[in-house]
Amino acid sequence: MALSNVLHAPAAGFNFDHAARNAELEGLFDAQIPKPVKTGTTIAGVVFKDGVVLGADTRATSSEIVADKMCSKIHYIAPNIYCCGAGTAADTEKTTELLSSNLTIFSLNSGRNPRVVMAVNILQEMLYRYHGQIGASLILGGVDCAGNHLYTVGPYGSVNTMPYLAMGSGDLAALGILEDGYKPDLELDKAKELVRAAIHAGVMNDLASGNNIDICVLTREGVDHIRPYQVSQYKDKRKTKYKYGAGTTAVLTEKVVPVKLEVVEETVQRMDTA
Amino acid sequence: MDSVPVNGVLRSRLIETTIMALEYDGGVVIGADSRTTTGAYIANRVTDKLTPIHDRIFCCRSGSAADTQAIADVVTYQLGFHSIELDEPPLVETAANLFRASCYRYREELTAGILVAGWDRRKGGQVYCVPIGGMLVRQPVSVGGSGSSYIYGFMDSNYKPNMTKDQCLELTAAAVSLAMERDGSSGGVVRLASISKDGVERRVILGNQLPKYSTH
Repeated sequence: MALSNVLHAPAAGFNFDHAARNAELEGLFDAQIPKPVKTGTTIAGVVFKDGVVLGADTRATSSEIVADKMCSKIHYIAPNIYCCGAGTAADTEKTTELLSSNLTIFSLNSGRNPRVVMAVNILQEMLYRYHGQIGASLILGGVDCAGNHLYTVGPYGSVNTMPYLAMGSGDLAALGILEDGYKPDLELDKAKELVRAAIHAGVMNDLASGNNIDICVLTREGVDHIRPYQVSQYKDKRKTKYKYGAGTTAVLTEKVVPVKLEVVEETVQRMDTA
Repeated sequence: MDSVPVNGVLRSRLIETTIMALEYDGGVVIGADSRTTTGAYIANRVTDKLTPIHDRIFCCRSGSAADTQAIADVVTYQLGFHSIELDEPPLVETAANLFRASCYRYREELTAGILVAGWDRRKGGQVYCVPIGGMLVRQPVSVGGSGSSYIYGFMDSNYKPNMTKDQCLELTAAAVSLAMERDGSSGGVVRLASISKDGVERRVILGNQLPKYSTH
């Protein structure tokens, strides 16, 4: 009826109202509860002489299926800060977007680039507040007036800072390469090669990581987001084209039914453009 | 400490730890290992568990990394504000009470065992223990974390009142090393700090410089 056509704007922010109900329902039905798309990832970061190098693979999995072969896991936070995300794909995406929005507002207010510690504190407060419900393990890297920084924030809100880090399901493989190859004050090419090798180790040894490797180099001069840095050598060539042009399916009849919408409520909000 | 997966992610990044604090005449010495574990994986092998709360007040954190970092941040803010209002350096007892207030009120949700140690003008060097559950007690020497079980005997037999700062540093280094030797959840490097009227001195004892206790 008329009321079913009224648009209710959803409340802003995360909503875990159904978490308890879903937990109760889990055992009751035979049907499988849809699993969230996890990034099942290898992400890594290294601080080098002139800045920070971040790296990530590009595979997003939904249980055994590869949901996205060219997923972007290195997220923009600010012109001088980028963040790699592992864990639940939606959570890392939205958390980093929220962080980016907050820091953009700060930049506009203060007229300067945000500092990496600000990003870390905002993330830590938010993830701790949600007590692990947001499954996001993040590696934040950036360059600011205080130097080159690399931090990791866990899903429960714990923060660690180290010159080299790896997270995600492939982190052990990547960390082996990093522990062996890291030296303080690396040059840019060595740092890029180290990160590439670390992600490659994750790609090779972890089923949930794979496809291409992305690299992001942050320095005082700017950002170089290379996507992809290394293409997977296991790409298969498609045997035929799967796009069907218009007219492939014959249209037999066409019926147009206009949807009548009733104006229930009209409000006028004046903008102060003075 | 168990590690039950929630949402497919391990329950908490737990700092399974050895932490220690002792008073001497004129200040305190604190020490800790540097291992943070997530289940069987060492998430950080160079953790700094000695967290500054104010100029002359530190806390040693054990329990859940996320919980203790959050509490320490809250108390740092509260104590900083309080100190500005008072226009003088805060008391160690105040800091300890702020920790206790948070740890006791949210005792069901938190896993945090904290040692608060520092120096103030009124009572000199003090160590306060705020274990899981939110008790508060002042002790001349206190150990905490999973590795502490292994060094109670060592502490009881080797701690004497009125030791000098250097004796305290040696004792702390020895005790934490012994605990790291026996406790699988403690390891890495030994971080030490001494706090007195003159300030804070921090040092790190790397793996190859640790006192050796192996019998073979």
